[in-house]
Amino acid sequence: MQEVMRDKLVAKAKELLTGGVVTRVLGWKRGEFCYDLTPGIFKSADELDKEFDFGDFAAPNLSKYLIDETRKEDGKVAVFMKPCDTYSFNQLLTEHRIDREKVYVIGVPCEGMIDNKKLSAAADGIKNVAVDYENVVVETLWDGNVTVPRESVLAERCLNCKSKKHVALDELVGYEDEITECNRFDEVARLEAMTPEERFEFWQGELSRCIRCNACRDVCPACTCEKCVFDNPSSGVESKAPSDSFEEKMFHIIRAFHVTGRCTDCGECSRVCPQNIPLHLLNRKFIKDINELWGEYQAGAEVGSRAPLVNYTFDDMEPSEAVERGDKNA
Amino acid sequence: MQRIGVFVCHCGTNIAGTVDVVAVAEALKNEPGVVHSAEYQYMCSQAGQDLIKAAIKEHNLSGIVVCSCSPRMHEATFRKTAAAAGLNPYMVEIANIREQCSWIHKDMASGTEKAIILGKAAIAKVNLNTPLTPGESPVTKRALVIGGGIAGIQTALDIADAGFPVDIVETKPTIGGKMAQLDKTFPTLDCAACILTPKMVDVAQNEKIRIFSYSEVVDVRGFVGNFDVTIKKRARYVKEDICTGCGLCTEKCPQKKVPNEFNLGMDNRRAIYIPFAQAVPKVATIDADYCTMLKTGKCGVCAKVCTAGAIDYEAKDEFIEEKYGAVVVATGFNPISMDKFDEFAYNQSKDVITSLEFERLTNAAGPTAGKLLRPSDGEHPHTIVFVQCVGSRCEACAEKGKEYCSKICCMYTAKHAMLTRDKYPDTDVYVFYIDVRTPGKAFDEFYRRAVEEYGVHYIKGMVGKVSPEGNKLKVQASDLIAGKQLHIDADLVVLAAAIEPDKSARGLATMLTASMDTNDFFTEAHPKLRPVESPTAGVFLSGTCQGPKDIPETVSQAGAAASKVIGLLCKDKLTGNPCVAQSDEMMCNGCSSCERVCPYGAITYSDKEFRMPDRTTKIRRVASVNPAVCQGCGACTVACPSGAMDLNGFKNNQIMAEVDAICKM
Repeated sequence: MQEVMRDKLVAKAKELLTGGVVTRVLGWKRGEFCYDLTPGIFKSADELDKEFDFGDFAAPNLSKYLIDETRKEDGKVAVFMKPCDTYSFNQLLTEHRIDREKVYVIGVPCEGMIDNKKLSAAADGIKNVAVDYENVVVETLWDGNVTVPRESVLAERCLNCKSKKHVALDELVGYEDEITECNRFDEVARLEAMTPEERFEFWQGELSRCIRCNACRDVCPACTCEKCVFDNPSSGVESKAPSDSFEEKMFHIIRAFHVTGRCTDCGECSRVCPQNIPLHLLNRKFIKDINELWGEYQAGAEVGSRAPLVNYTFDDMEPSEAVERGDKNA
Repeated sequence: MQRIGVFVCHCGTNIAGTVDVVAVAEALKNEPGVVHSAEYQYMCSQAGQDLIKAAIKEHNLSGIVVCSCSPRMHEATFRKTAAAAGLNPYMVEIANIREQCSWIHKDMASGTEKAIILGKAAIAKVNLNTPLTPGESPVTKRALVIGGGIAGIQTALDIADAGFPVDIVETKPTIGGKMAQLDKTFPTLDCAACILTPKMVDVAQNEKIRIFSYSEVVDVRGFVGNFDVTIKKRARYVKEDICTGCGLCTEKCPQKKVPNEFNLGMDNRRAIYIPFAQAVPKVATIDADYCTMLKTGKCGVCAKVCTAGAIDYEAKDEFIEEKYGAVVVATGFNPISMDKFDEFAYNQSKDVITSLEFERLTNAAGPTAGKLLRPSDGEHPHTIVFVQCVGSRCEACAEKGKEYCSKICCMYTAKHAMLTRDKYPDTDVYVFYIDVRTPGKAFDEFYRRAVEEYGVHYIKGMVGKVSPEGNKLKVQASDLIAGKQLHIDADLVVLAAAIEPDKSARGLATMLTASMDTNDFFTEAHPKLRPVESPTAGVFLSGTCQGPKDIPETVSQAGAAASKVIGLLCKDKLTGNPCVAQSDEMMCNGCSSCERVCPYGAITYSDKEFRMPDRTTKIRRVASVNPAVCQGCGACTVACPSGAMDLNGFKNNQIMAEVDAICKM
């Protein structure tokens, strides 16, 4: 259930296109299935009418697509962003990946997105979906209408929503909201409380399912290198499917290190993983550590902020403190 | 393919004692690229170097690996050797099989195994080495001395004497430092002020020296020969160039209750003050924490009495930016706080004092005008107990105190004891000590005079407890030689507090990227052979910021630091380090991570046009490194998320090759 409806967004997009404010609109497009919305570029009112969609499945974070889109041609791009997407957008601005002048950000409030993997597990043969605040009614091919509580199929990142406030904005469609209190680190704390053996087993179980499809990397708004180290033949670590249990973990752990301090915890990695690996937990562990060692830091909360790992202040903790803490956690 | 020569050094028995050097040379023979492998007694000797040169020529070597001591010892030697034989000096790699191998291994088998691994890693790296050529950078012919105590003063005078301009930055309103607070100096008992103040005047009169008093260094950028320093001149609310130092304001100021830090709080000064009579610069300073005018806007007495019109209540902190070729750290020391030493009742009784406070009590310019009187009641003390090593030579695990010997306490305590007995022969003086340490010219003679001629009671043993009772201090101590407990009713107890580096040193070390030891003393480039240089090029050490020292030692170190600075400033150009960072523009994504972490400001960004495979062009923001400014610290290479930054001489693939070579074992 979204407060703001598709038609309102289409109207806004048309207004910007016809008014000449922007030359194209980056939004969500109907996919193969009703629960499958994909990013799309719209250049005319006609295209918007036919293909634009918004609703409880508008999960994709569109900020990363702006890198290429803004470089393609002149003129501004209008983009729709949910609150959490704006953090990624700010982070990309911090890293000079997007020219802010070329973007018109339209904020869209978000009531939480439905995880289509959870939904698929709850109902087979999904034909259509109707959502209200309490329930999701799924029209199915074989079982008639199946009703499930909305909360049971909400995406994990939405259940643990860190902010309903847009941190970057040119215009807001709908209402303004606040940064939310959340318990997103509880699951990390649970893993931390494990013995090293238990933790290893947990991650071995998760990461051994990885098929190295690279979807997590491709969707990640922090993974924007011109040439990824995992695609670079001269890096010596280029590979496809992992060949042993070490490589299974290496890819994800190195990726988590690469995005440390830059990851906004948008959760796209876990959303797109076809193997249901909770990849966001790796990133959250790093965020939790940073918060604990150097004070609260939210990547993307403001443009130009410096992550503690690439900054120095006189009251930074001494490296020995981190070592001692590591010993305690081991 | 490289043609690599391997040279394994015995270093006498330093290496050969725990490493089978012949086996190492033999094992490394078959590594990829190696065409020659030899061992020799002393590779760094002339004969050893000749052997290397001959091999380079005979085998037409393109790179060499020397398995020897730390590169900090002889890397420069072997690079010169290689250059003399026509090889690029950066084709030399050192495998440290001494400090990191033979010295820490006890048995031959494991030592040899590790030496072979280290050799293989170095060979793997040399296989990927490329010849490098250093650039040059100019030298700013001006020096900065941080700290205006005797160390800073002597260094500045010596540098200025050689004709180079020097700036002294001192946090206090006057230069002079701790020495200005002392009474007499051991072992000759000449008055500290009598020998220090002429030097302070010399500094003030020297045309080459500028003094930034009441100032601090807040930012340092750049590198050897080219430091950019920001100095914060704190507002003293008195115009330095107008104030005549007449002192009228300091007599008329109605705010009389300000603890006088120059006398360690044993008396009071006014809110506007001149620390002491011979202060340099001799100008007044308003203490903003106490000045009624600055706090409430009501007073203005000093401005009224100042005939020169030097008072300026509107003054603001000033920031001065200056370039320097060399920086000398002379930040000095402080006695440690006695808060954790409750057993000596320092915080319970005014009559338990530190030795520095004792100096002020016996100083003619001190709170008692030089008369030795008890702080509590102003009576003459008849029994004085001196306690040595308070906070010095503590056990490493102790929660309080320092592990090291503060070095100066034995001598100044002997001095205090002797002077007391000399002036007040009716006074009983006890000194409790762990050891009496008197190495130094005429030092032991001095101490023996205290014992033999002046009748000071030296007792080996420590004071366990001091308890104030009435107007007495009950001192409980042990006499280790007699093997008995002692109880002394003392009138005054003097604690020889350990000394520690000034608190400002740590922040400064960070700004200068100079290293410190665990006690926050600055580390020297080499403890024996380069004692006045910091490992950071262009940063020099003077005085107690490097370790505990007495005045003669401080002055000689100050002079030594000056001579090093002069040696640097004499040069017109410095040969740079070719191991600088480089950005691969094809991989750079323009994120600015490197630019932000670069301590030298060596990285800039620009928009560049790139041709794409599909014949289009694309404008991308990419980083470039100014090799003249880059110091090769490598911070950017680890900050770069794309792996676009690499460090010449320490390229990622070279490091990976080393790691691989080690992991293959």
